[in-house]
Amino acid sequence: MVQSKTLETVVGVFIALGLAALVVLAMKVSNMNTFGGDNGYEIRAKFSNIGGLKIRSSVKMAGVLVGRVAGITFDEETYEAVVIMNIDPKYTKIPEDTTANIFTAGLLGEQYISLDAGGAEDYLQAGDEIAITQSAVVLEQVIGQVLYDKAADGDK
Amino acid sequence: MIRTLGRMGISAFGWLGRSWIFLLYVSTGLFGVIKRWRDLIAQIYSVGVLSMIIIVVSGFFVGMVLGLQGYNTLVDFGAEESLGVVVSLSLVRELGPVVAALLFAGRAGSALTAEIGLMKSTEQLSAMEMMAVDPLHRIVAPRLLAGVITMPLLAAIFSAVGVYGGYFVAVGLLGVDDGAFWSQMQAAVDFHDDVMNGVIKSVVFGFVVSWIAVFEGYDTVPTSEGISRATTRTVVNSSLAVLGLDFVLTAIMFD
Repeated sequence: MVQSKTLETVVGVFIALGLAALVVLAMKVSNMNTFGGDNGYEIRAKFSNIGGLKIRSSVKMAGVLVGRVAGITFDEETYEAVVIMNIDPKYTKIPEDTTANIFTAGLLGEQYISLDAGGAEDYLQAGDEIAITQSAVVLEQVIGQVLYDKAADGDK
Repeated sequence: MIRTLGRMGISAFGWLGRSWIFLLYVSTGLFGVIKRWRDLIAQIYSVGVLSMIIIVVSGFFVGMVLGLQGYNTLVDFGAEESLGVVVSLSLVRELGPVVAALLFAGRAGSALTAEIGLMKSTEQLSAMEMMAVDPLHRIVAPRLLAGVITMPLLAAIFSAVGVYGGYFVAVGLLGVDDGAFWSQMQAAVDFHDDVMNGVIKSVVFGFVVSWIAVFEGYDTVPTSEGISRATTRTVVNSSLAVLGLDFVLTAIMFD
């Protein structure tokens, strides 16, 4: 049997290693050190089509992650999708006339919301709504459009 | 024919019942273990520290293989930057807890069964009872608790080492972009949904594997043949239990 003191030291090192591995998983592997979508302030936007947007999808400004999608609901009055975004509290100066677009990362990548800053003096507050939005581009529609145009060209 | 079926049924239910009574009785002794923490440390050493080498080595190799295989598939789509996502998600969610638990069953579970079984066949357990020392509380409880404590640590080490194994192959050998590897991984892996669920899985596996191991040891027929059978049963049953439970837990967690 190993000596009692060495034993305790070795076990201590083992537990420390295990916890260190967990910290590595938290900080280096997962999104623990980026904005996770909690404790931010909420703004909302209405889209006529959100495509493949999901809860926890990223919200970016100029390509930088500034928030995450916190909730998606459907408005039965206007038949539009209501997207609730949670914005990192670091960023408080988003102009009121900012526009929201749903873009796709790469050709087949994930969809995300891109905010384009406007020029207004007032900034968006918690609970505000973005008025100008542009819906997701649905690939099937684009392909359909291209095929339709081709067919129309062929008729001439 | 019918009688054989009946006998099998009775013995199966008897086994189930004995194992639950055993567990309940052992769990009443868990508080005593905290008072005798030196026993617990010795057990963490023998089930945890001694399993480190196999966990680290196999974690590294599993990570490297994931990196290689993932690369071969992803490079066809020009998506080799997602390699970090593939490696880390499969390790953190599934392979880390499951493979670590299977290795743990083979390395530590079988040793536990053999140790307790041999104690029983050499009548050390009866001797302890004669001295009014409860072997279930004194011998079994610290081993069970040590398994529950070490399993998540081993699984976390396995996953972390595996991610670096994948990193070594992807960035070091195959030339995937360093920044893209980590940033895509961080964008896709969620701490609560992925890492913590993996930890919960490994706690469950650690408990089940240790429970089966100590119970099979305690329930063994006290002959050399009985011990060898009990050891085999430990490895087979705990591996099956881990794989089955993994499916159930995955279905609950990642619906």
